[in-house]
Amino acid sequence: MTTTTPELRSETMTVNMGPQHPSTHGVLRLILQLSGETVVSADATIGYLHTGIEKTAEQKKWQQVIPLVERMDYLGAQSNSLAFVLAVERLMGIESKIPPRVRDIRVLIAELQRISSHLVWLGTHALEIGAVSVMMYCFRERELLMNINEMLAGFRMFPSYLRIGGLREDLPPKFHEAVNAFVERFPSKLTEYEDLLTKNQIWLKRTRGVGVISREDTIGYGLVGPLARAVGVPYDVRKTFPYSGYDTFQFDVPVREHGDVYARYLVRIEEMRQSIRIIKQAIDRVPPRGPFDIEDYRIVPPPKDKVYTEMEGLIQHFLIYSQGFTVPPGDVYVPIEGPRGEHGFYIVSDGSNRPYRIKMRPASLYACQAVPKMIERGMIADVIAVIGSTDVVMGDVDR
Amino acid sequence: MTSEAIIEALRGAVPPDAVEPAPSADGMAAIYASAEHIVDVCRALRDTPSLRFAFAADMTAADYMPREPRFEVVLILASLGVAGFGETPKRLRVKVRLPGRDPRMRTLSEIWPAMNWAEREVWDLFGIVFDGHPNLHRLLMPDDWEGHPARKDYPVQIKLTPKIYEPLQLTPEEFAANVRADLRQAGQD
Repeated sequence: MTTTTPELRSETMTVNMGPQHPSTHGVLRLILQLSGETVVSADATIGYLHTGIEKTAEQKKWQQVIPLVERMDYLGAQSNSLAFVLAVERLMGIESKIPPRVRDIRVLIAELQRISSHLVWLGTHALEIGAVSVMMYCFRERELLMNINEMLAGFRMFPSYLRIGGLREDLPPKFHEAVNAFVERFPSKLTEYEDLLTKNQIWLKRTRGVGVISREDTIGYGLVGPLARAVGVPYDVRKTFPYSGYDTFQFDVPVREHGDVYARYLVRIEEMRQSIRIIKQAIDRVPPRGPFDIEDYRIVPPPKDKVYTEMEGLIQHFLIYSQGFTVPPGDVYVPIEGPRGEHGFYIVSDGSNRPYRIKMRPASLYACQAVPKMIERGMIADVIAVIGSTDVVMGDVDR
Repeated sequence: MTSEAIIEALRGAVPPDAVEPAPSADGMAAIYASAEHIVDVCRALRDTPSLRFAFAADMTAADYMPREPRFEVVLILASLGVAGFGETPKRLRVKVRLPGRDPRMRTLSEIWPAMNWAEREVWDLFGIVFDGHPNLHRLLMPDDWEGHPARKDYPVQIKLTPKIYEPLQLTPEEFAANVRADLRQAGQD
């Protein structure tokens, strides 16, 4: 009796990762084709968080759009509203009338928001790779930034503090003390995080040489921001197309060459240091009291004492809160450097008191699109590290 | 670089009627490109050494119903001022006007891979077809969704009858009956 050896067969296995996977920062679904533990191909499915914010915004008056756009990229809320506000101001032609103090406060807030967003990224990214304690430390420091937000506007995640034409109100008492205390405390804490990770052998083995993408692909896939700077493209909107007075601040753009998960980590850590530098300069420039809007009461509400004592003020108040203001017809695109790279708003106005069309450039959408490119031919365990390193926020992807 | 300078730089690479300057409210250069020559125009914008728009930031569309041509597809380009990706930093908007009936244009995903998903989003939300696209399926909406929600003739709330907000009103008798029912339930438990 002869024995026949069964023919060896090999086939790929399809694994459905997500949408409810803890490491996808929201609801991202990846369909992976695996050969053993190697990813042969991957396909990303998005849209689970689509709420039609851009369509909703067409029904709102211009100032009412700000809380909506803050909910798009919910970790970088105030950089969304900064981009929106700058775009509308440019369309209205009031950009040059914004007081320098307001510009400096906006820069200060944008940098605080960048640190806050990077802290969530670092915490969750490290958590996924297995460094659980880093998450606790990062959220501890982020809590201080949340407290500053609460102090500014009474809301921790989505303060809606920036307004077209300025800020909602003047800085609260003790704001400088709170920011200075944070600036004092944070650099040593950042060193602590680095002590935990930068030379940690496990961290290095999980992140070095993982998720590499070439320079050409990075720009071709629209990955600007920290992802491009990790592969040696020193493009930063704050330097290349300065806005809101960034050209008057001293800071460096950190660049790394390797384009892997580790390089992205190093770039973002250094970005937080540079943000602290900018915050220090900004807080020194900003006096605790001063003008906080353009004082053109067709665009911003008049102060309350005018509303209660003058007929003119009452009329202006009534017009602002019932009709809002109109924006001249035309279209505009203004990019800013958000925590995830170039955030920009393309806005069309038809000359009425509501936007005709708004569209945010979703940095995370393009990062998400490139994730399959970065994980193909890698190990399945690296998929998690790569998704974490792209810092996708699904609210930004799906909007 | 102004719109005219960019059109001048494109001369020779594309037919003269393929591009014309477009109005721009913010001073950023803007050109109209014809739908039939869009691929040639974009390839020239990316590869001409004096232009080198290596980075396609975003693509979107706007619906100008009832105007005709109804749709405007807007492509936002930049050259980064980084060696290899454009020597001088500059930005440009390329607009393609498309008719309301059967709007379609060639895909740009072969020129900038980033445009793959951007085109899927424009198809999903505006119903503009991109010929030659490798995978033109809905991106944000579910696959079986009907209609294209960002169009102006698509209502904001399609499945709901309009409602006005009213506070919940109870008569004193209803309130008393509710309280008695609660007490009864508590007594049984």
